[in-house]
Amino acid sequence: MSYLSKSPWIIHYDASSCNGCDIEVLAALTPVYDVERFGIINTGNPKHADIFLVTGSVNEQNREILKNTYDQIPDPKVVVAVGICASTGGIFRECYNVMGGIDKVIPVDVWVPGCAARPEAIIDGVVKALGILEEKRKARKRPAGDRA
Amino acid sequence: MIPDPWAAVLNAVIYLLLAPVVGGLIAGIDRKITARMQGRVGPPLLQPFYDVGKLFEKENLVVTTTQNFYVLSYLVFMAVSGALFFSGGDMLLVIFAFTLSHIFLVLGAYAAFSPYSHVGAERELIQIIAYEPMIIITAAGMYMVTKSFYVSDIMQSAVPVVLYLPGVFIGYLIVLTIKLRKSPFDLSTSHHAHQELVKGVTTDFAGPNLAKIEIAHWYEYVFLLGVVYLFFGFNPLLAIAAIIIAYFLEILIDNTTSRAKWQLTMRSAWLVAGTLGIINLGVLYYLRMVVVP
Repeated sequence: MSYLSKSPWIIHYDASSCNGCDIEVLAALTPVYDVERFGIINTGNPKHADIFLVTGSVNEQNREILKNTYDQIPDPKVVVAVGICASTGGIFRECYNVMGGIDKVIPVDVWVPGCAARPEAIIDGVVKALGILEEKRKARKRPAGDRA
Repeated sequence: MIPDPWAAVLNAVIYLLLAPVVGGLIAGIDRKITARMQGRVGPPLLQPFYDVGKLFEKENLVVTTTQNFYVLSYLVFMAVSGALFFSGGDMLLVIFAFTLSHIFLVLGAYAAFSPYSHVGAERELIQIIAYEPMIIITAAGMYMVTKSFYVSDIMQSAVPVVLYLPGVFIGYLIVLTIKLRKSPFDLSTSHHAHQELVKGVTTDFAGPNLAKIEIAHWYEYVFLLGVVYLFFGFNPLLAIAAIIIAYFLEILIDNTTSRAKWQLTMRSAWLVAGTLGIINLGVLYYLRMVVVP
């Protein structure tokens, strides 16, 4: 196991969430769940992050911000869509301004459904993301021609 | 007295090799105690090493390549200042190299274009201005007591330095809070997941560059706590106890205070240097001149 999966730093972005999932994300940082046990830190800086947690569906206003934040995270990185809105657009899917799930704008690695997603489910999703992060690290080490 | 060259080189090499290990462990213990104070379990003891290992596995994303140069200079000068200190060198030269290393960090933050990085750099400068007088007074006080600026002489001196410099010692502990980036003086950047100013002075450093900054912090920890040792050089066991208590107090202050504005940081650091430091030195001077001719 590499160091990467022992120290995943997270950046959390609220696309257009109702704040339900955001509260659950922050609940994971409280003494009850204490994700720092696994070395997980909630950073506010995309340049320090490894895992991009996005809540809420993407709309026309924030698609650029979402893309920009994603681009600023150094490789290897993974994206976790938290909640049904981030996964598919949820109940806001049909809104005139909503584009749908965040996979319309950036590549998503893990989907965590739920309304709101429970802290346990979010932590589970992040742990799944660690496996993908590890694969991406190995792929990065290989010469460019080998990459899929 | 100039220290024995071979012993000096050996000490410097030991410092360069061991300080990152010791500094990283201190950082790990710090995080564990901090977590316990907040009612959490906290990360593993070796978490700081995992973090740095991880950062070296990441892409080195820079805005301008000059950042690489500045960060490397920060690390090198931090290591050099600590190595000079532990080889028993001149205290003033040590402080000079120490300040220079921080100037490189500030320049590195200014080299990026992010406004957060710039505000962080400005705050780092303010912190340097705030703590610098007290550090100089510490060196001057040690000279007044032991009649030498050489660390080797101060350390071997049988004089109980702390008894002559109680004001300077307390003043040093207060600027230590600024130097260890602890609340209430963690203006430019913080070890906690505070998100004010994004991440301040380290905002635009990613991957290996951030790892180098972390390693420089570890070197800095060991050097700063080494200065605490100097106050108790006459009794090594007492010195170790003093270091542990001092560091524990820093963690306690960190977890019980909120962040101060830069004006308060500046004022309190200079007030401490101006009162505790200068009065202490003044009294020493007076006693030497008048009471003990």
